[in-house]
Amino acid sequence: MSKRILVGTRKGTFAVTNDGSGWQAKLIGHAGVGVNFVAKDPNTGRLWALLGHGHWGAKLSVSDDDGASWADLPTQISYPEGAKFIAQDMFEDPDSDYGVGWKVSTKPATLLKNWIIGFGPDGAVYVGTIPGGLFVSRDNGGSWALNLPLWNHESRGGDLFAGEGNGETKWFGTPASEGVFAPGIHSIVTDPRDANSVMVAVSSAGVVASFDGGESWASRNKGMSMDHQPDAEAEWGHDPHYIERCPGDPDHIWQQNHVGVFYSSDNAATWTKVSAPDDGVHFGFPCATDDSDGRTAWLVPGKSDMQRVTVDGALFVARTEDGGQSWAQLRNGLPQDAWDVVYRHALAQRGGAVAFGSTTGNLYVSTDRGDSWVTVSNNLPPVYSVRFG
Amino acid sequence: MIDVVLTRHLFAFFPALEGQQICVEAATVAEAVAALEAMAPGIAHYLIDETGRLRPHVNAFIGNAMIRDRRRLTDPLAPGDKLSILQSLSGG
Repeated sequence: MSKRILVGTRKGTFAVTNDGSGWQAKLIGHAGVGVNFVAKDPNTGRLWALLGHGHWGAKLSVSDDDGASWADLPTQISYPEGAKFIAQDMFEDPDSDYGVGWKVSTKPATLLKNWIIGFGPDGAVYVGTIPGGLFVSRDNGGSWALNLPLWNHESRGGDLFAGEGNGETKWFGTPASEGVFAPGIHSIVTDPRDANSVMVAVSSAGVVASFDGGESWASRNKGMSMDHQPDAEAEWGHDPHYIERCPGDPDHIWQQNHVGVFYSSDNAATWTKVSAPDDGVHFGFPCATDDSDGRTAWLVPGKSDMQRVTVDGALFVARTEDGGQSWAQLRNGLPQDAWDVVYRHALAQRGGAVAFGSTTGNLYVSTDRGDSWVTVSNNLPPVYSVRFG
Repeated sequence: MIDVVLTRHLFAFFPALEGQQICVEAATVAEAVAALEAMAPGIAHYLIDETGRLRPHVNAFIGNAMIRDRRRLTDPLAPGDKLSILQSLSGG
């Protein structure tokens, strides 16, 4: 097994390899620094780490020697001068019967978090940020541009560079935003068939797609439903936790959402809810697709949004091979007295190997599509991301 | 000249500065940050955000007094001042 697993944790970047004598996790960079996401650019081989320093801000760090050494990218992501977003904050309101009110205000945008990186078939590099920016580099990170059509989208109040816009946003905040309640882009889905196709997912807004290279954007939430707004099928307000496209069967996209699991076989034109609460498949954060079979996917379910722990205190991975019509609970080798929570970027599949890490610092790997598991470590820092590369 | 004292935490990211006596020409804190950036490219991004504000968990002192303008860093510096740039603590 020569596959390498790149693991981003709250305290550094780890590489997990197996030389035949078992899986070993080794710190390869960023000791003590929060690493939100680590991935390898399939076009260039460059490793990218998305860092969140507690004191020193969000950074992009890269390695061009496969992880032997790392350096801050000379040009870091910055919001352009004048970039603003509409924020909604709860505040203590003595005049309210309820003691609190919502304050809508326009705030200057500054980079709070580099959250996800994606790679286009044409070499484009995309970074999704908090607050809600999609940054694009077409020179391997030499320069970055905020995608303005998405930033100025009518769902976010319109063009706030030019004026006050329409004063209303449909993009709500996420608690993942480093202490400030601001929206975030946590999923970037490119299309191996079409460099002009880019899809992003935003917590408490939904899925948004462009098919013209980012010039125009539209919601992609048909068939979605929710239980946290009066209109369950409203265009906006959906809460995808993560979406992923099957690379070998690209019309097939999976979505683990706050209110269930959704599946699309038509490039997200429509979604179908495929939750199976009786099988423990409903709430969770990550999802992973197969290399070639769009109907196959893996999840690590959690127990409801109220609890966010393992279902019944036992860890399992759920797998479907029929587009979500049925789910298998994969428990062989996983602890059955466990309370692991797995974050949205911390599950991955490649070539039949599946890996995931949890906030309790556990890392598990399967080399047989999830049928059996081994524990790599019980002692890592909290795991933020797991990717093969 | 302004003597600049940096938290040792920053030397993890800018090791060339460690052990150096850092002196800059600057009439304001903002100018001092710009001078530091010229000396150690990338360091400004560690201290201030893209609007020029001091990051929330970074503190700056002139002598023993915390600077007043965290937004634009206009606090004046006089020759011989000591500017300390430190990480803030929240206890523990």
